[in-house]
Amino acid sequence: MATNNGDNEQPLKVVGKPFRKVDARAKCTGQTLFADDITLPRMLFAKLLRSHVPHALIKSIDTSKAIALPGVVAVITGRDLPIPYGILPVSQDEHALCIDKVRFIGDPVAAIAALDEDTAFEAMDLIEVEYEPLESISTIEDALSIEQPRIHDYGSGGNIHKKVSLEFGDMEEGFAEADLIREDVFFYEGNTHLPMEQHAALAHFDADGKLTLWSATQTPHYVHRALAKTLEIPASHIRVIATPNGGGFGGKSDPFNHEIVVAKLAMITGRPVKVTLTREEVFYCHRGRHPVLMWVKTGVKRDGAITAMHFRSLLDGGAYGSYGVASTFYTGALQTVTYNIPRYKFEGVRVFTNKPPCGPKRGHGTPQPRFALEVQIDKIAEELGLDPVEIRRRHLVPPDSVTANYLRVGSNGLGECIDKVVEASDWKNKFQKLPYGRGIGLACGSYLCGAGLPIYWNDMPHSGVQLRLDRQGGVCVMCGSIDIGQGSDSILAYIVAEVLGIDPFDIRVLTADTDLTPVDLGSYSSRVTLMTGNAALQAAERARELLTIAVAEKLDVPIENITFAERRAFDVENPDVGVSFAEAVQLAEAKFGTIGTVGSYTPPRSPGKFKGAGVGPSPAYSYSAAVVEADVDPETGIITVERVWIAHDIGRSINPALVMGQVEGSVYMGLGEALMEEMTYRGNRNVVHKFPSLLEYKSPTTLEMCDVKTFLVEDPDPNGPFGAKEVGQGPLLPIPPAVVNAVYDAVGVRIDEVPASPDKVLKAIREKAQGKEGRYGPKSVPEVEWPAPLKVLTPAEGGDGRELPREAAHMKD
Amino acid sequence: MMRLPKFEYRVPREISEAVKMMADAGPDGMFVAGGTDLYPNMKRRQQTPKTVISVTRLQEMRAIRGDAETGIVIGPSISLTDICNHPVINRDYPVVAEAARLISTPLLRNMGTIGGNLLLDTRCNYYDQNYEWRKGINFCMKKDGDICWVAPSSPKCWAVQSADLVPVMVALGARVKLVSTLGERMVTAEGLYNDDGINYLHKRPDELLTEIHLPPRNGMKAVYKKLRRRGAFDFPVLGVAATLDRAEDGTVRDARLILGGVAPAPIRVKEAEGILVGHKLDQERMAAAAEACYLKARPLDNTDFLMNWRKQMARPFVLRALEELR
Repeated sequence: MATNNGDNEQPLKVVGKPFRKVDARAKCTGQTLFADDITLPRMLFAKLLRSHVPHALIKSIDTSKAIALPGVVAVITGRDLPIPYGILPVSQDEHALCIDKVRFIGDPVAAIAALDEDTAFEAMDLIEVEYEPLESISTIEDALSIEQPRIHDYGSGGNIHKKVSLEFGDMEEGFAEADLIREDVFFYEGNTHLPMEQHAALAHFDADGKLTLWSATQTPHYVHRALAKTLEIPASHIRVIATPNGGGFGGKSDPFNHEIVVAKLAMITGRPVKVTLTREEVFYCHRGRHPVLMWVKTGVKRDGAITAMHFRSLLDGGAYGSYGVASTFYTGALQTVTYNIPRYKFEGVRVFTNKPPCGPKRGHGTPQPRFALEVQIDKIAEELGLDPVEIRRRHLVPPDSVTANYLRVGSNGLGECIDKVVEASDWKNKFQKLPYGRGIGLACGSYLCGAGLPIYWNDMPHSGVQLRLDRQGGVCVMCGSIDIGQGSDSILAYIVAEVLGIDPFDIRVLTADTDLTPVDLGSYSSRVTLMTGNAALQAAERARELLTIAVAEKLDVPIENITFAERRAFDVENPDVGVSFAEAVQLAEAKFGTIGTVGSYTPPRSPGKFKGAGVGPSPAYSYSAAVVEADVDPETGIITVERVWIAHDIGRSINPALVMGQVEGSVYMGLGEALMEEMTYRGNRNVVHKFPSLLEYKSPTTLEMCDVKTFLVEDPDPNGPFGAKEVGQGPLLPIPPAVVNAVYDAVGVRIDEVPASPDKVLKAIREKAQGKEGRYGPKSVPEVEWPAPLKVLTPAEGGDGRELPREAAHMKD
Repeated sequence: MMRLPKFEYRVPREISEAVKMMADAGPDGMFVAGGTDLYPNMKRRQQTPKTVISVTRLQEMRAIRGDAETGIVIGPSISLTDICNHPVINRDYPVVAEAARLISTPLLRNMGTIGGNLLLDTRCNYYDQNYEWRKGINFCMKKDGDICWVAPSSPKCWAVQSADLVPVMVALGARVKLVSTLGERMVTAEGLYNDDGINYLHKRPDELLTEIHLPPRNGMKAVYKKLRRRGAFDFPVLGVAATLDRAEDGTVRDARLILGGVAPAPIRVKEAEGILVGHKLDQERMAAAAEACYLKARPLDNTDFLMNWRKQMARPFVLRALEELR
């Protein structure tokens, strides 16, 4: 990056200002076209027939009655789409329609295209599927102990999908140095994204046989690849347009069966085919938060300094791989980036169960371990007689350092975040001082600003931007990024406007169209502002350079004197001497020809070189701290969160209003996970989802949302555009642990699992009244045969980021 | 998307016409008012009428007359929003407006009616699911199947009475008028409900609820407490309606304690009423009444929350209701 602030240091005109979103007017007036809003002539409607048994072999499928129903145009089954796919190259375990086996209630087995949706619905009941039931597996414990039947025939044996074991530094030495060692067990229940918009997709083959798919997806590039693979047509003949997402939160990041199915049905029928999922089907798409059982052993010195941490996580993955291997690594990756952990061991296992597949939800794999870590630190502080603020504040990871597991931390504003919320909440006068039934709790967190590595291995940029300037002064930004409501389209406009000295609303933003825009990997891992922002910055700076040369020549002033502001290019020493922005473009076009520039971004290489080092590295890390004040009704166990103070280290806000919106949205989602949300199934009733509906899957309403006081900490990060870091996910992390820490302060009971529903709180309160421990949570984790760890010396031990050769590792043992 | 099945929609203008239409439609006919319960149920194929007869244009069913002195008559087609805002109801029977305000959401209260709430279908996590889900468990006895999944050995259906105004009306001693082509009759609210999740009403399907009568109020005070997960949307998973009539010296002359949301019908806890009547309200009596209610509340695992915790909530909720009345 040349400079982050333009060549001429001058006050920022757009960056840091609360402009409205470029798409706000269309969204507010209902004019945005979501996938379901698009209709084409002669369009057919598709429905997917889904398995109503959790685990079975498919003996036969008879579609003859369905195809005979008037109005039905086509019926397909798994045999029509035999090629497997999946988001990760290591987990190509899905079929658009199941071929010989179903793995959960909701797994699709056939698809219908009909003239209208009613006919398609009616035809579903006419398809006869004969199943041979298999024993179903519904819990982590079952999956670990039941070897047969296997849900998949790959993985680490039985129903174990993946095992991981990594060891950084001499653990024995670490625990030997400790004055106190704590072991705790935690459980974080699974939950789902609950986007307002149900997934929808529309496929159309045009006259020359090329496919266009409009879909509510966060990752058009990966959908593009999956379509090429499963449909066996050249990628160059496929165009994927990601429509504006009515909320994603990670739930629209996989290629989905319904997308492939409508494309295939369009191919067969020669007509456009649309599908819009029901809310129940959205629950079956899932890919949400993994239920994770955790064991953590931490050694600390008397002052709270951590000497070593050993973390184990057991993930209930559901029926397919999805992002699960990455999720597993993520449950062990980011423990080290907040408080200094000099030696660290992580063991993780993901199992298959007969439930909808889990995947990435806001925070992807990190809210669960963050919950465990932040609650355990609270317990350690109490045992050591330390203030929960001080134990955290004293041992922060220093900026510009490399952690024991080889994550390079750049800027770190966590200390300031803690100070802000502690002061604003009047912590010192409240902690352990509020009346019984009211309490206050603190927790922190950190998150990636984009995954350091792409999902499939390649050396190409993660994000590309093309900029086209025309002689009318028009500027068009083209980027593969996809706006899921977070404001990524606006970020592109703001950054380009800042560099070119024009108004963001002068710019046309064209995104998420694989025919028209360069690749961006997608809206996941909080990567968009940093990566597309840097690509846009580069493209805009290149365009400005061309304009500067042409304008300087015309005005006959030195190049370094030319600056851009208020839709003009002018001599900074003599501002009256200048040209309009449109004239500047005309001069440049006359001199250089059509003005188009490109920019791209590839993250810096990570210092970690060991196997498994791919998950965790990021160009930068955001930090958050939150204080929660809550009331706990001792008679009912009902928790009411009264107020949240949260500070987020954003590096620099490109738009503070959007940043605050993301912070508050994260608080809201975090409260839902902390207090009530759960994806639960009835294991004894065919593993049905207990309540796949917006009414009965309990998520907070506006009435449950408390007051939030948000602070933005701005310490620009050298890797971010204008210093910006992420905000979409990180601020969720401290909320669940801060809630249960506040419950402990209020009524003296530890709720070591979320959601902290009132029955759990009441049970703990009653037990405490009987002189027992006053804790609710899992007692232990099941035995797992862990593989021998891959050992890596830490940077402090002189490590080079590579794993020790097996022999050396053994000798060390 | 979930779609409504095809059905015939009829809009009578008079009660006599409405009941005639119902007689003609036979067992495949259903009345509809706001439709906030029926139409979602039809989309999920829980209820599948072929003829739906709207009562929204029956002017006779849209008026409120009377006051606390005389008692009032409420037209069942009045929207819940209008009940919440009605001056006479707020002045003379505020508990009705308070309970109505706790129903669902503002948007659904604009559509839903007081009569519809009183006749709301019983609810169950095994029943309030769409067709494909219910097929996954091979259906239940309330619709398309023959087992009660909440209590598999039970011969009866345990779907739950889930309307907020039901325990309130029972506590107030309301009566309702039912009209059919065969004539009309008055039934007490207490006598309207049946402890069976399928046949949850002592009302024939061809009978139309045309009037809700509340008796003169006298000195009676009433309160309603609702347990639910969130401050909006949710049906009650425990509702406590309590009324007290006390002499000048504070002695309880009459009391009613009704539990909703824990069984197929509202439960009148006469044991608790007996503990209160003839005595002054003190902490001990109130606790004893709460304990009696706790013993009578036997929720099952077919709504939100753990059933055991829901049962335990009967104590503090009854206690808090009585404390508010004291």
